[in-house]
Amino acid sequence: MKLLEYEGKEIFERYGVPMLPRCGVVRIGDGADKLDIGGEGPWVVKAQVLAGGRGKAGGVKLAKTPAEARELARRMLGMKMVTHQTQGKALTVEEVLVEHATELDREIYLSVVLDRKAGCPAVIASAEGGMSIEELAHSHPEKIVRLQVDAESGLLDFQARQLAFDLRIPQKNFCEFTVLAQRLVKIFTEMDASLVEVNPLAISKDGRLLAIDSKIVTDDNALFRHKDLASGRDHESSEIEKEAKAIGINYIGLDGDIGCMVNGAGLAMATLDTVKMAGGDAANFLDVGGGATVDQITKAFQIILKDPKVKAVLVNIFGGIMKCDNIASGVVEASKKVHIKVPLIVRLEGTNVEQGKEILAKSGLKIEQADSLWEAARKAVAAAKR
Amino acid sequence: MSILLNKNTKLLVHGLTGSQGSFHAQQCIEYGSQVVAGLTPGKGGTSHLGVPVFNTARDAVKATGANASLIFVPPPYAADSILEAADAGIGVVICITEGIPVMDMVRVKKRLNALRAAGRGVTLVGPNCPGVITPGECKAGIMPGYIHKTGSVGVVSRSGTLTYEAVWQVTSQGLGQSSVVGIGGDPVQGMNFVDALKLFQADPQTEAVIMIGEIGGSAEEDAAAYIKKEMTKPVFCFVAGKTAPPGRRMGHAGAIVEGGAGTHASKVEALKNAGATVVDNLSEIGAAVAAKLKPAAKAKPARK
Repeated sequence: MKLLEYEGKEIFERYGVPMLPRCGVVRIGDGADKLDIGGEGPWVVKAQVLAGGRGKAGGVKLAKTPAEARELARRMLGMKMVTHQTQGKALTVEEVLVEHATELDREIYLSVVLDRKAGCPAVIASAEGGMSIEELAHSHPEKIVRLQVDAESGLLDFQARQLAFDLRIPQKNFCEFTVLAQRLVKIFTEMDASLVEVNPLAISKDGRLLAIDSKIVTDDNALFRHKDLASGRDHESSEIEKEAKAIGINYIGLDGDIGCMVNGAGLAMATLDTVKMAGGDAANFLDVGGGATVDQITKAFQIILKDPKVKAVLVNIFGGIMKCDNIASGVVEASKKVHIKVPLIVRLEGTNVEQGKEILAKSGLKIEQADSLWEAARKAVAAAKR
Repeated sequence: MSILLNKNTKLLVHGLTGSQGSFHAQQCIEYGSQVVAGLTPGKGGTSHLGVPVFNTARDAVKATGANASLIFVPPPYAADSILEAADAGIGVVICITEGIPVMDMVRVKKRLNALRAAGRGVTLVGPNCPGVITPGECKAGIMPGYIHKTGSVGVVSRSGTLTYEAVWQVTSQGLGQSSVVGIGGDPVQGMNFVDALKLFQADPQTEAVIMIGEIGGSAEEDAAAYIKKEMTKPVFCFVAGKTAPPGRRMGHAGAIVEGGAGTHASKVEALKNAGATVVDNLSEIGAAVAAKLKPAAKAKPARK
């Protein structure tokens, strides 16, 4: 689950990571007067969306007075934002964070990630923060520091010192930095994160070390031991995706017009690839699960057809433990329940495939059958274009 | 010959009395696998599916000589089951469970590495995988047994149903498999592609290998480096996820393109450069292997 900046900062606060004081978060429908903006300015108003590059897209604005901050927050709420990380799609700003601002002297990049190959956490850092780390990794890989960490002992003192020297942290902030780096690793392991990123970690003109932004991604598999996160809102999934998740179906909405129902994540991905190769675009990724029972197939049809873009549905099921004749009966029963009005293309493979095909053919339903995934994809693309 | 499992393999099923464990253990028994013991703490001394149930892996190993574990324990407890099997001296641990927290696997990996350093090698397959099968000898997993046939093609894959798809194409070509290994779709796992390729390279029965990869991580790139340097047997690959949107997890926890890394293009390029045959169209992988292993006249065309 990807957390918004302010949600990540709430976790940072629990772990004593130094930050600028926050004045509050407003949501669409809230009055901006809800914000408790006091003390001395300036303030910064930040759109809470799950994408980097907010500054360039108008999602981060400075305010000199409390009134200006409120006005900026009001205008930012509901704004559509496109950044280099949103793949051309516009995100709606539903929440805005207002916090104190200060002038920055230096920006540093610091993150904890999962090193998949080594199977342990790793710290990634660069003395040059602020910009995208992917760009820096590409243009100046030598400016990036990588350090593997033992998940049980955390970032050791000497590792933290080494990191501080590598990043040329000033004497004045040295100890503060080593403690902060160790705390980020602690957050990573204790919160079951797959990413904890501070970009930028800044040293202000008045010499303070401050986490200016936060980005935390947590492991969905570990939600059972983080009840506070589990009750939080899922900002990334669309309404249909959330609905599918609630009934145990793995669904991701895409831009095309061919609805896909597949058993198994790998085969589902391969089906999207094959549809593309056949000249079409899939409307979704959907893994109906290994069982592929009538109930699951019915639910999957219902979810797929909620997307109004869908002009044809492609069912690609490999009959494993459950044999093709059973799956075919399930598809027939589910299609009758759901009243599918778009063309339905079915490709079954596995044992009893001949019986399965016969059941589909005799069902009286308008089902186009295919012998291979490639044939099914081409038929689905043709049907969607009709 | 085969890899990981053979007719002498004695399976211990962790979570035998649960619904998943019961169903799939029964299928393994029907296939002809020797399921010698089950493990459910608190149910020791009873029997289930005609198999004795034990409280601990140590008891099970002592009483039955089990040498491979098959784990169906729910995600919060599965990591502990892996370590229990390893501690009891089991050599091959196959974990089917999907949804184990990554941090649990980080801890498991550390302990298994420590055991290995102490000279007690344990091979972990999975988690979040369909298991391993040596056709005609031993099935330890959730794959449909009947699609397999004894033969000379080794198959290794990160995905379950894609494995079945590849296996079925091979069988439909009149060929068969030496062993089929699902290494699973999680970001931190036991055996990786290189480990499996090494075993297939050393196995005299295996004449060619099918490797099914997907987006995310660098396991395919690492495999490419190994293929280029060491592999003398032909390798046929398919990589799923060419059209997957970046930043989204495609069903498997490990199938995600993050920060421009783990892309389809990078994997395909590495594998092609290593001399592997990469098919763009999944429907063609069986025919590609057959064209290599069978006299040209006998290979059936891909079903298009």
